[in-house]
Amino acid sequence: MIKIIKKEKLAEGVTRLVLNAPLIAQKAMAGQFVILRPTEKGERIPLTIADYHRERGELTVIYQTVGRTTAELDTLGEGDSILNVAGPLGKASELEGMKKVAVIGGGLGCAIAYPQAKALHEKGADVDMIAGFRSRELIILEDEMRACAKLTIMTDDGSYGQKGLVTDALKEKILRGVSYDTVIAIGPPIMMKYVSLLTKEYGIRTIVSMNPIMIDGTGMCGGCRLTVDGKTKFACVDGPDFDGHLVDFDELMRRNATYRSDEQEQMKRFHECNLFKGIRQGEV
Amino acid sequence: MANMQKNKTPMREQLPEVRNKNWEEVACGYTPEEAMNEAARCLGCKDPLCRKGCPVSVRIPEFLSLVTKGEFAEAYRVIRSTNSLPAISGRVCPQETQCEGKCVRGLKGEPVAIGRLERFCADYAMAEGEASTCSGSCTSCTGCTASSDKIKVAVVGSGPAGLSCAGDLAARGYAVTVFEALHKAGGVLVYGIPEFRLPKDIVAKEIRSLEDQGVEIQTDMVIGKILSVDELFTLGYQAVFIASGAGLPKFMGIEGENANGVYSANEFLTRINLMKAYREDYGTPIRKGKAVAVVGGGNVAMDAARSAKRLGAEHVYIIYRRGEKEMPARREEIHHAKEEGIEFLLLTNPTKINTDETGNVSSITCIRMALGEPDASGRRSPIAVEGSEYDLTVDTVIIAMGTAPNPLIRMTTPGLETDKRGCFVTSDGTTTTREGVFAGGDAVTGAATVILAMGAGRDAAEKIDQYIKSKQ
Repeated sequence: MIKIIKKEKLAEGVTRLVLNAPLIAQKAMAGQFVILRPTEKGERIPLTIADYHRERGELTVIYQTVGRTTAELDTLGEGDSILNVAGPLGKASELEGMKKVAVIGGGLGCAIAYPQAKALHEKGADVDMIAGFRSRELIILEDEMRACAKLTIMTDDGSYGQKGLVTDALKEKILRGVSYDTVIAIGPPIMMKYVSLLTKEYGIRTIVSMNPIMIDGTGMCGGCRLTVDGKTKFACVDGPDFDGHLVDFDELMRRNATYRSDEQEQMKRFHECNLFKGIRQGEV
Repeated sequence: MANMQKNKTPMREQLPEVRNKNWEEVACGYTPEEAMNEAARCLGCKDPLCRKGCPVSVRIPEFLSLVTKGEFAEAYRVIRSTNSLPAISGRVCPQETQCEGKCVRGLKGEPVAIGRLERFCADYAMAEGEASTCSGSCTSCTGCTASSDKIKVAVVGSGPAGLSCAGDLAARGYAVTVFEALHKAGGVLVYGIPEFRLPKDIVAKEIRSLEDQGVEIQTDMVIGKILSVDELFTLGYQAVFIASGAGLPKFMGIEGENANGVYSANEFLTRINLMKAYREDYGTPIRKGKAVAVVGGGNVAMDAARSAKRLGAEHVYIIYRRGEKEMPARREEIHHAKEEGIEFLLLTNPTKINTDETGNVSSITCIRMALGEPDASGRRSPIAVEGSEYDLTVDTVIIAMGTAPNPLIRMTTPGLETDKRGCFVTSDGTTTTREGVFAGGDAVTGAATVILAMGAGRDAAEKIDQYIKSKQ
């Protein structure tokens, strides 16, 4: 049981949790994730570690309420406990030796991209951050990102920052002559695919972070497998970071859609059952 | 005078056409009368070969003679003195190649149903509330009373090897902590073997009986990540037993293997057994295929096939490249699978998985095989028959081609050697290349059986005890 110390709404449907998890906080590194199961009948879901504080024993995760399990998680409040949290899992991001970096976050991906930008900034790298959102209401972590990087915000509808995609902003910077040694892209697979295609044209090393379907997070199920440079890799133990120029994104997107109809069904069932109960999980 | 009835006393089973639609246990167990009748078939050999065939040396004739007399609780204590998990081994051991394979009665007729009787005694003891006490007859026991100055030993993994080692060490007076990576203890007993073969409340009861004995279990602890083996020593553990199993699924490396609808048997079975995907009240999604191909011929393949059938598949095929005789699965599992309507495609090997335009599995291309000369394993090696490819329409493929040990511990423990398969190198089956670190079960042997892992756990407890005493 892991206790929720702080719960904060960052944007519509996007929530930040600070957890009391001293053992995990002791070992956590940027780029790693935890597997979490909110209730006895819920799924195990991977969430990337958004921040940690070793002395205070705190671990931060950010989630978007999209399916039954995140909806169940969202019923918990400050002082409540999450049934299971295991981690830190996956390999830590390798950020050494980078000098001029573009860190690109798409939507909730900013929650994962931001700690990388912060870590790079602390290591003395010059960081440009490009953050993309659908619209103004969905923007998260603006102040935090601005504090560690030169921030460009892009919105699909132009309601804030510049109108357009993150790739538009990246391309403009490259054409203006900014010379990046590395691009880090974290967000929806389609975004990471197009960032990787763009940087490949210009020969810029690109790292992407995977968050596919998985159960155990230790290499046991193979559900998170993806093709990298023609070889099958497990995102949970071989990643989650991979070379964006070598990942088969089309296969990844197909695999991520495996349970889409089940998820919608489960969400419907979750809402119906909560409607009837009218109380929060765990209060029975 | 022994009961000279030639065949085993039959055990009631759910009818195949009923059970292949539910998840209840297939075999219903003996009544006391049936058990006494069957146990009386034992001749009480002076030099009991059955015991030699048992990886944990259960005193078989002794417990059978007690069953004959109706002294079931006492019989349970005899079993429990060398076997930490009798309700489990009685259900899943390959008795035909072990105790029962050596039974003299098997020469003319069927051997004594030792496995069924072991299960009977364990179930009896559980029902009577006798199971959660320590066996009382372990001679090496230094007393089960709790004391704070007990020596600490860490066990990594709560599968059969880890649990059996933990039970034996606790009986020897050690303070044992078992670290489990998943949210529930039991390892393959909870994520791998289905409910209809090994009910999960039986596993939970066996684990509770170990906890009553003083074993502490910590779940959600991925050793190699949250704590390294070296850190366990700095936390005061005097020895570490690694029983992390063989959990890494093998794939075939054929085209289409990453298509939607292709599962490792581990993923498919974990979703069903650990995550209860077959129950409406759980949130776990699973593909309920109409036509399912399971590739492989072991117990895991049978479990996956029979589970797919229970999820409602119309056709479930076992695709195996050798013949039935060569199948590594227990005879009983093959028999049960056939009864339940699983279709066996023997001497057949998949070469390619085909998909529709959305990336979902649409069929599997297979090639027919013929048996050639015996290979290193003594089994005749299969050779592809050229030009015999054909497509089989399926929407789900489950790969049950075996598993390899998980690399997390080997990657994070300097000086701990593994062989080229990733299995820990040991000098005697248990002692690793690092002082104070012992290993056993599938992590050493590669994927094998529950009872071999339990035997390894028992050996390790002995070695760990010797090691710690030698240091004092």
